[in-house]
Order: sequence, then structure tokens, then C-alpha cells
Amino acid sequence: MIDISTNIENLIYLIAASIFIIGLKKLSSPKTARNGNRLSALGMLVAIIATTLKYTDINIEWIITGLVIGGTIGSILAKYVKMTAMPQLVALFNAFGGAASGLVAMYEILYSKETNTEIFILASVAFATIVGAITLTGSFIAFGKLQGIITTKPFLIPIRNVINSIIAIGILTVAVMLCITATDASYYLYALVALSLLFGILIVMPIGGADMPVVVALLNSYSGIAGAGAGFVLGNPLLIIAGSLVGASGLILTRIMTKAMNRSLGNVMLGGFGAQSTTSSSNNSDDRPVKSLSSEDAAMILAYAGSVIFVPGYGLAVAQAQHQINELASLLKDRDISVKYAIHPVAGRMPGHMNVLLAEANVPYDELKDLDQINSEFDRTDVAIVVGANDVTNPSARSDKNSPIYGMPILNVDKAKTVIVLKRSMASGFSGVQNDLFFLEKTNMLFGDAKDSIEGMIKELREID
Amino acid sequence: MITKVPPTLHTPLMSGSNAISGIVLIGAIIIASNIHNTLGTIFSVVAISLATINVVGGFLITDKMLAMFKKSKK
Repeated sequence: MIDISTNIENLIYLIAASIFIIGLKKLSSPKTARNGNRLSALGMLVAIIATTLKYTDINIEWIITGLVIGGTIGSILAKYVKMTAMPQLVALFNAFGGAASGLVAMYEILYSKETNTEIFILASVAFATIVGAITLTGSFIAFGKLQGIITTKPFLIPIRNVINSIIAIGILTVAVMLCITATDASYYLYALVALSLLFGILIVMPIGGADMPVVVALLNSYSGIAGAGAGFVLGNPLLIIAGSLVGASGLILTRIMTKAMNRSLGNVMLGGFGAQSTTSSSNNSDDRPVKSLSSEDAAMILAYAGSVIFVPGYGLAVAQAQHQINELASLLKDRDISVKYAIHPVAGRMPGHMNVLLAEANVPYDELKDLDQINSEFDRTDVAIVVGANDVTNPSARSDKNSPIYGMPILNVDKAKTVIVLKRSMASGFSGVQNDLFFLEKTNMLFGDAKDSIEGMIKELREID
Repeated sequence: MITKVPPTLHTPLMSGSNAISGIVLIGAIIIASNIHNTLGTIFSVVAISLATINVVGGFLITDKMLAMFKKSKK
């Protein structure tokens, strides 16, 4: 143990907290983001070294063991993960962070030398334990759904809202008991953990696959809040500040996501969106005629266009066609055709996921446009190519008040002069609503696997001169 | 501050802030230095390992992603 006074310790924590804030600020531009992230990592390193030096007179070998185990697993996960699997990985990291916060808070009751009776501390323990445990199991279920281990369809228990309410009341009751009973607090703590773990499973299970961006963002926020809770237990200012920062950033992202889907957070959390609307739309099966075309025809249309906008959705990632799309875009640019990408906020399985996938395929970030930037440009665009996106391009979200997706912000693909839609079949999107875009006079459907279709276009385009 | 982050960087923002929430690692180190029995030691080693996965994995993967973001060459 090195003698670091509490004043110096707090000063170091304050510096680390400031570094985190600067680091997060630098994340607001692609130019400075990488340095910002490294700065945050440096702040973390300083805080960890200072803490280890101050506190470790005993158990240093165990602390190092823990650091080595965690560091190794963390590096391996980061090294081998595929970009398409990023949402799962973030969900997994959330789970670990939440669990660690819960454990740190529980320590106060289970192993602390002096019995703590201060109600504020006990309440903080209860709070961090609840949030940490919910984050742990909720994130694991989210991980399972994203990985395809657990069904992505909303899983609905008939009276689930009643069951959930009972468990929520149970959690609150046990938490209150824990705060007012100084003795036997550990039994209440175990009960609290069990109920919270169960609650985490039950609230994420009913949420459908397409709502995952919201869930992952929310759980991200929870992992921060649990950390802040653990900070209150230990009276550690750095944990409180950093935890609150992460909690706030997660909440803001959650809000951005729910706004992009035109739904309230409550609506997402109550779940079952997909399940309900599928039944309502099964009776509006559609036999309106559509125009279909071949890769060759599509290549022809592109070759004589002046401007093209790609509209990628999750289907692009499923087909692993990011690299092909970049190749096609390069060929078009060689012909002096302007190329842009329109990215809907909920394209992909987590906020900003599509941008990462396209960046991996070497698409420059300044060609990726969000909703507000691109929507005014569609009516000046010759060809819009929709690849594996559906609901976010449905014009009935603007016009049809009876549509389940009415009011959702969409990409105004239908304003382009010509629309080409790459799609496997006429199946409807997640909302279960048929897309009016497909039946427009200007729309051409190119059926098949997106990767094959784009490769076909590339081949054809090379031959046109 | 967070609302100024463009959608393009939302995933790195999430994984980066996620790594910061691993700051609970210092809490885990503090409790580990206070424990004198076997069960408590196991408890704290688990907490340290989980938090370290969060910190190390989170910062590395964010760095890896951000390295891919390139501006178009004109």
C-alpha cells in the first residue's frame, strides 16, 4: 500500500472524470472520435492504477488474477468479433458491467466488516443490486435474441403484465424490508437478487427482434445507473459521475431510437408489437401487380443515371452484401454518378449499426446521410436502390392514418424518379404491413439474394461502356 | 453533449460509454482489498474479472470500429 491521502485520491478521481467528459465530447466527430476513446481509456488506466496503489495491502495477487482473467477474455472478444455481431457483444458487455456493479454493492451487506445500518447506504445497495441484476439477465436475453439462440419473435405469456406487476411489487417490498431491517439483511438481499434476475428475463422476453436497438440502448443506460448506485454505496465520486454519464447517454440514445420508430418507451417495453399487428394485416393480403426486373435491366438504369441513393436495411447485413454495395458504388462513381447512402436511425440491430457495417466495407462516412440530411434530396435523385429495408420506406407512414406505422419518420424513397427494390420475396416487414412503395409505377422489384443481385449488377455494369 | 453525436457514431458512442461504465472496476478493487475470507475473495475476483472484461473489451472494440471510419478521398 502506498500512502495516498484521500485528498489526492479524490483529485485523481476528479481528473479521471474530466477526462471521461472530454473523451465523450470528442466522440461527436469522426475525426476526433478515436482520440477521444483513447483518452477515456487513459483516464480509466490512471484511476485503476491510483486505486490499486492506495488500497492493496492485502489480496494483491487476487486482484491481479482478476485483472488478467478479465483483460484476456475482453481482448479476445474484441479481437474476434464480427461487425455484424456488434450488438450482441455490447449486450454481453452490458451484462458483465451490470453484474459487477451489483456484486460490488452486495459486498457491503455480505462481507463488510462493520454492519451498516445507515438507511441511505442500504437503499443504495438495494438499488444497485436491483438494476445490476436486471441488466445482467435482461442483457443475456437480448444477447440470445440477437444471436438467434432465443426466438426473436415476441414471446408472450398470457397474463404477463399481471405477473410482472406482482414481481415488481415484490422487489419493492423486499427492498424496503432490507432497508429497515438491520439484521438478517443478507436474506433479503438474496431474495432481491433472485426476483430482479427473474424480472430482467421477463421484461426482455416479450420484446421483438426489430425493437432490439431500443433494448440495447436502454440496458446500456442501466449498466451506467447500476455503476452510479455502487458509487453511492462506496461513497466513491468517480463511480457516481462516470455511472451517471453513461446512464444519461444511454437514455438519450433510447429516446432517439423510440422517436425514430414513433413509439413510446412504454409501448416498446410492454412488447408484442410484431405479434399483434401480424394478425391484423393477415387479412389484407395483396394481389396488386408489381413490376419486376433483372440485374441486367437494373444495371442499365444505373448506368444512365446522374445520381443514385442507396437505402440499406438490416437485410443488407443479413446477406453480407456491404462489400458488394461499396464495389457497385465505386463503379458508379467512376462513371461520374453521384452516390449517397440514406441511413434510417433504426436500420440495423443497434443505434448506428448500419454505419459501422458500411464503414467496415470502406464506405466513406461523409457519404452516409441520416434522415434529415437526405429526405429533401430524393426528389432530385434519379435512382433510389432499397436493399433489405422495408417499413422505413413505406409511404403510408406519411399518408395512411389507419396504418400501424402511421407517423413513423420514413425515408422518402418514393420521391425519387426511379426506385429499385432488392428483396427476397413480397413478404411484409417487421410491422406486418405491406409496403405501398412496391406497387408504384416507378418501382421495380429485383427479387433474390441481395448479394447475388448486386454482384449481377456489378458484372453487367463492367460490360456496359 | 450526447445529443450532438451524429447517428454515424452511435454504435461507437454506446460501446465507448459502455467501457466507461466498467469504472465500477475500481469499486471492485477497493472491496477486494478489504476481504479476509475465501468466499469473499472469490466474490471480489469475479467482480474484478467481469468489470475488466467490460473495460478492456469495450475500449478495444470501440477503437477497432473507429479505425474503420474514413473520409472519402477527393
